[in-house]
Amino acid sequence: MPDKVKLAYFLSGGCGGCDMAIIDLSETLVDVLPYLEVVFWAPTVADVKYKDLEAMPDKSIDVGLYSGMVRLSEQEHIARVMRRKCKVLVAYGACAALGGIPGMGNMHTREDIFQTAYFDTYSTDNPEGVTPQVRCVVDGKYELTLPEFYGYVRPLQHVVDVDYFSGGCPPHHSFVGQAVVAVLEGELPPPGSWITSGKAVCDVCDRNPAGRGEQRHLIQSVKRTIDGVPEEGKCLLQQGYLCLGAVTQGDCGSLCPQVNIPCRGCGGPIPGVKDFGLRAIGSIAASLEKEELVEQIPSPVKLFYRYSLPASMLGRKIK
Amino acid sequence: MSEWKPNIVVFACDWCTYQGADLAGSLRYEYPANVNIIRVPCTGRVEPEFIVSALSNGADGVFVGGCHPGDCHYKEGNYKAMRRFTLLKMVLTGMGFEAERVRMEWISGSEGKRFAEIMAEFNRTIEKIGPNPFRRDSNAG
Ligand code: SF4
Ligand code: SF4
Ligand code: SF4
Ligand code: FES
Repeated sequence: MPDKVKLAYFLSGGCGGCDMAIIDLSETLVDVLPYLEVVFWAPTVADVKYKDLEAMPDKSIDVGLYSGMVRLSEQEHIARVMRRKCKVLVAYGACAALGGIPGMGNMHTREDIFQTAYFDTYSTDNPEGVTPQVRCVVDGKYELTLPEFYGYVRPLQHVVDVDYFSGGCPPHHSFVGQAVVAVLEGELPPPGSWITSGKAVCDVCDRNPAGRGEQRHLIQSVKRTIDGVPEEGKCLLQQGYLCLGAVTQGDCGSLCPQVNIPCRGCGGPIPGVKDFGLRAIGSIAASLEKEELVEQIPSPVKLFYRYSLPASMLGRKIK
Repeated sequence: MSEWKPNIVVFACDWCTYQGADLAGSLRYEYPANVNIIRVPCTGRVEPEFIVSALSNGADGVFVGGCHPGDCHYKEGNYKAMRRFTLLKMVLTGMGFEAERVRMEWISGSEGKRFAEIMAEFNRTIEKIGPNPFRRDSNAG
């Protein structure tokens, strides 16, 4: 084992849940902490500034974890700085690797988003019609700046080269532990791959008919999560709840189906799948009994691309 | 714009529509030269990824042709294809594509004339709705 692994962490366009997943490592974190040196963790944990990171020698950091998507010019800038300073850069969590929940913003234009956020929402009081500006002058002499809000959300790999991807919203803490240990022991998969067990959520789900000696049949109805209560122990998809566990990486250990919630794909696509939503469309449609059921699927774009729209082949709604 | 010709991609099942296209050729029924046929073993083999790859690479129209219901060589392939296609079309229209830009039809090996007619008609439809908006949108950045 090397002396100390230098680690940088950046929370970009995300919610901080990915940071929490690292803190949740608890004992594992305590075990590995002596081998880690956190040189940068902004803005949540360490008191470091961008200029500190910018001043570090290139390739002086062993591992950089980038969490969150890229929407702002500031986030793009730090992505580039992280790429220069880190030997290994990881797109950490669904937002960084796929675009994540905020990636659904790609169904709307920037103008629509500003209109909703700064004018139309019930709680908004904005009589002067103020919207974010990249630059403005206050009192005729103070120049203030804000990062540019780009037209679309991008996953990290659309901005810089990424060495590894990790899914999950957030990644499951036990899995984060394994990944950290793999980095420490230098046992990483080939660059460009996902850090995953390679198993689908269905493979690790107790409800899987295959594990219970039952046959799968075609689905007879389409249900939303608010429709009734799923039968205990029985596959959610077989009951009509559109569970995407078959095409999702199961590093979470099938957390959602355990609590009656169908998998929505936060773990990212199973190995070999380029476009999560399209594979999910193929898999769900093929398991429905009749064509009329297809038309009952509510909001299909946001169902199948809940976590991965910006990383998909089309990437965003056409204007 | 007057010289613009749509780029049309056709996924044709080898057991029926592809034979229909062949027949159209040997009987000298004319259909537009900008129709590019890709032979597939069955419409059940046409993954949503294929159709979207064609669109994201600039195809202006995508057509899937297969065996009539009940006639699929692999029994269920075309039923599965139909459900996938319907769902994919819902997603594509949600993403801003015109519903007419993608189309699925059943054309048998003996329907050479019908193949040629449907191709001419699909070509006219695409000419009317114009170039693939994804191409315009991504060029705009
Ligand atoms: S992946 Fe989920 S937990 Fe992580 S930053 Fe994005 S929204 Fe938050
Ligand atoms: S479809 Fe969902 S509920 Fe059914 S086995 Fe797969 S993960 Fe479990
Ligand atoms: S079951 Fe699916 S949506 Fe739920 S945590 Fe696991 S991968 Fe994410
Ligand atoms: S063999 Fe022609 S559609 Fe299946």
